[in-house]
Amino acid sequence: MSSYQLDLFSSLGINILLALSVYCPMATGQLSIGNAGFMAIGAYVSAMLTVHVHLPLFPSLIIGGIAAAIIGVLFGFPALRLKGIFLAMATLCFGEIVRNFFMNFLQPLTGGAYGFRGIGDVPISISWIWGWVALSLVFFFFLSRSRLGLALMATHDDETVSELIGINIVFLKVAAFGVGAFIAGVAGGLYAHYYLYIEPEFFNVWESIFIALYVIMGGMLTYWGPVLGASIFTLLPEFLRFLQDWRGAFFGVVIIGLMIARPSGLVTREMLRIDFWIPYRKRRKP
Amino acid sequence: MDTLPKEEEALKDTPLLTLKGTNKKFGGLVAVDNLSLKISEGYIYGLIGPNGAGKTTIFNLITGVYPCTSGSILLEDADLTPLKPYRIARLGISRTFQTIRLFPSMSTWEHVLIGQNFLSRSRIGEILPVRRTQGSTLRAQAEEALRILGLWEVRDRKAVTLPYGSQRKVEIARAIAAQPKLLLLDEPSAGMNIRETKELLSVISKIHDLGITILVIEHDMRVVMGICDHIVVLNFGRKIAEGTPMEIRQNEEVLEAYLGKEG
Amino acid sequence: MLGSTYAMIAIAFTLLLGVLNMFNFAVGEVFMLGAVFGLTFVHMGLPLSVALPLAMICTGIACLVIERFSFKPFRNAPPLVPLVSTIGFSIFFQNVAVNLWGSERSQFPQWMEPINFHIGPVLISSTQLVILGFAVCLMVALDLFIQRTRLGRGMRTVAENLETASILGVDSRLIILMTFFGSGAIAGAGGILFGLSFSIVSPFMGMDPGIKGIASMIVGGMGNVRGAIVGGMFIGIIEVLSVAYIGSSARDFAVYGLVFLALLLRPQGILGVIQPEKERI
Repeated sequence: MSSYQLDLFSSLGINILLALSVYCPMATGQLSIGNAGFMAIGAYVSAMLTVHVHLPLFPSLIIGGIAAAIIGVLFGFPALRLKGIFLAMATLCFGEIVRNFFMNFLQPLTGGAYGFRGIGDVPISISWIWGWVALSLVFFFFLSRSRLGLALMATHDDETVSELIGINIVFLKVAAFGVGAFIAGVAGGLYAHYYLYIEPEFFNVWESIFIALYVIMGGMLTYWGPVLGASIFTLLPEFLRFLQDWRGAFFGVVIIGLMIARPSGLVTREMLRIDFWIPYRKRRKP
Repeated sequence: MDTLPKEEEALKDTPLLTLKGTNKKFGGLVAVDNLSLKISEGYIYGLIGPNGAGKTTIFNLITGVYPCTSGSILLEDADLTPLKPYRIARLGISRTFQTIRLFPSMSTWEHVLIGQNFLSRSRIGEILPVRRTQGSTLRAQAEEALRILGLWEVRDRKAVTLPYGSQRKVEIARAIAAQPKLLLLDEPSAGMNIRETKELLSVISKIHDLGITILVIEHDMRVVMGICDHIVVLNFGRKIAEGTPMEIRQNEEVLEAYLGKEG
Repeated sequence: MLGSTYAMIAIAFTLLLGVLNMFNFAVGEVFMLGAVFGLTFVHMGLPLSVALPLAMICTGIACLVIERFSFKPFRNAPPLVPLVSTIGFSIFFQNVAVNLWGSERSQFPQWMEPINFHIGPVLISSTQLVILGFAVCLMVALDLFIQRTRLGRGMRTVAENLETASILGVDSRLIILMTFFGSGAIAGAGGILFGLSFSIVSPFMGMDPGIKGIASMIVGGMGNVRGAIVGGMFIGIIEVLSVAYIGSSARDFAVYGLVFLALLLRPQGILGVIQPEKERI
């Protein structure tokens, strides 16, 4: 595998993790377009730990993720009282605040706006990234079949009724933010240690928006939606090389068209059941 | 006016549910006016009154959707007024809604499972797959709820694709899945034809046999007179009468408030 | 100044949100198109007084395109869908602009002798004041239009309830198209004024003001034009003050920080109304 293809697959892995990180709060009905902020926190914290404190990679990643998760939970509480567009706006502001923070503060440790160079000498192996992807997918697999997963679905469908049947939606919503932030933080750490260079500009609003797009267009209702969305959006540009400078325009058109053709995203819950794929004739009459 | 049926048998010290001087104001509008009520365990109560009398508001107050402006609501000895809705639900109060509110993405079976979700004790158990025999008592309870309501056959169908009458039953199944102490039904027979209403009556009766206390808001007098042990009549947020179906049928004020409803 | 730019974007955004519940993420890009079209017309030799309205018409049309693909097909879809669609338009417009006009920055030719003066720590030129005046006139005109004219009343009726509006004899289709066109025209005007005021025209100029314009509307009060104006001014002032007192690097930090706080503490905005208690059960 060429080094270019290697880079592509690492990007893919990281984007899948990021998409899953947005899927978490979205599964409880909370749209987050600030996850690049959590990614930044994870990236900078883990980079600072490996470079300045010489901590090994694994604990650095974990601590980076936890740092992001703590901020995520702190954010999650006041976020409870914001709905829909207000929440999205707040997450956007959050992302920008984090980016600006790393641009203006901690300069001696992180290089500030000039970027953090030399995060390690050798990029980490791609299996680190895909290991985490596999771990996350296993986590979501179990979650989707558990009672907790059921509670998440209920909260997403109808919050008020969920509360009335005994579901602690405060806990679920805040926890969803926290877990999503953790995953984004780990993704950030992996990014930092693979590319060996980060700067605040990487973690901008559009990054957050794209991640949210992966989920919305891939399918918001199951965890495979974000995976598919991230995959398509990471890999598609490669096949569109011939479009050169017009890739952006094409992208825009794809988004517009996809929303018209399939507004609920590509992957729906039905697709996860085996009998969706069996031709109609063979299905038993209910 | 607080005569309870079969007083000799109902010798509990504390009634199951007590409302004392409960008030609810929305800005200048008084929705519930100084209401006091005692619900005893094991009976079926009817809550009737013209539209806008405040019946659903009372349900919302009991379940914690709205805070009371003043007054208190007690479940046995526990004060419900400061509690959040999910805590009240976990204490054993379940309800259905005037317009059916099911979860669009869930099957019938999943509705019952989610209804009893909070009963699953262990934290770890919450993330283990449901299909396993993990918590087999709970699965048995869930199955029983479906069978009582005749929904076992359609358990794997998406609940919102079922006919209207069945959807109502799914809502009820979800509410009784956790074997609550008190079940609040909000106009369960709305939109039902005669056959479905009869079925509903037998369902309510079976639930009653399980020992669940039931409080029903209803407009259909066949349901109210046919199944309630005790009836409370509201108008303009105030209790205007209370008693057995026989007593209410003959009550002047009630007839006046209703004007033309069959007794 | 800056505040009026944000206010104009906020108004353009608010028109669509308030009247049609439509979240147009591409408003920043329409803004940018206004400046770009305007510059093109000026380069073609047209005087500013012609280029400005012409560009406004062009951006109005651009917004009609958005209507056709991001609003019309989605009568019953959840609001997220048109939003994502307009994100697509945003990307599309930006890329088209880069390809047709180049990603270099350019600027409007000098059209007025500026006189500079100071208010406190802030530098203001007379050019900017003229532009501010123009923007204010536009906003006042819009406000009067909505309050006094028949079409304006039609818009407010549609804002209340789209279905009932048709029953009441309001031509909803016309209103919808007009609202989109108006929104586009105003955003475009904002773009040109911004370009004239700050001498910057580039395909990327819409990104930052777009987001801040949306934030202005949220801070100022959702869905009403006056709120948009107040919000825009508020954010503009904050931005200018923070540059003056703290330094330009922390500028965005201050702005976004304050918007964030505003959302948490007063989510309905400065002029907004508190939403009624809970939903009906």
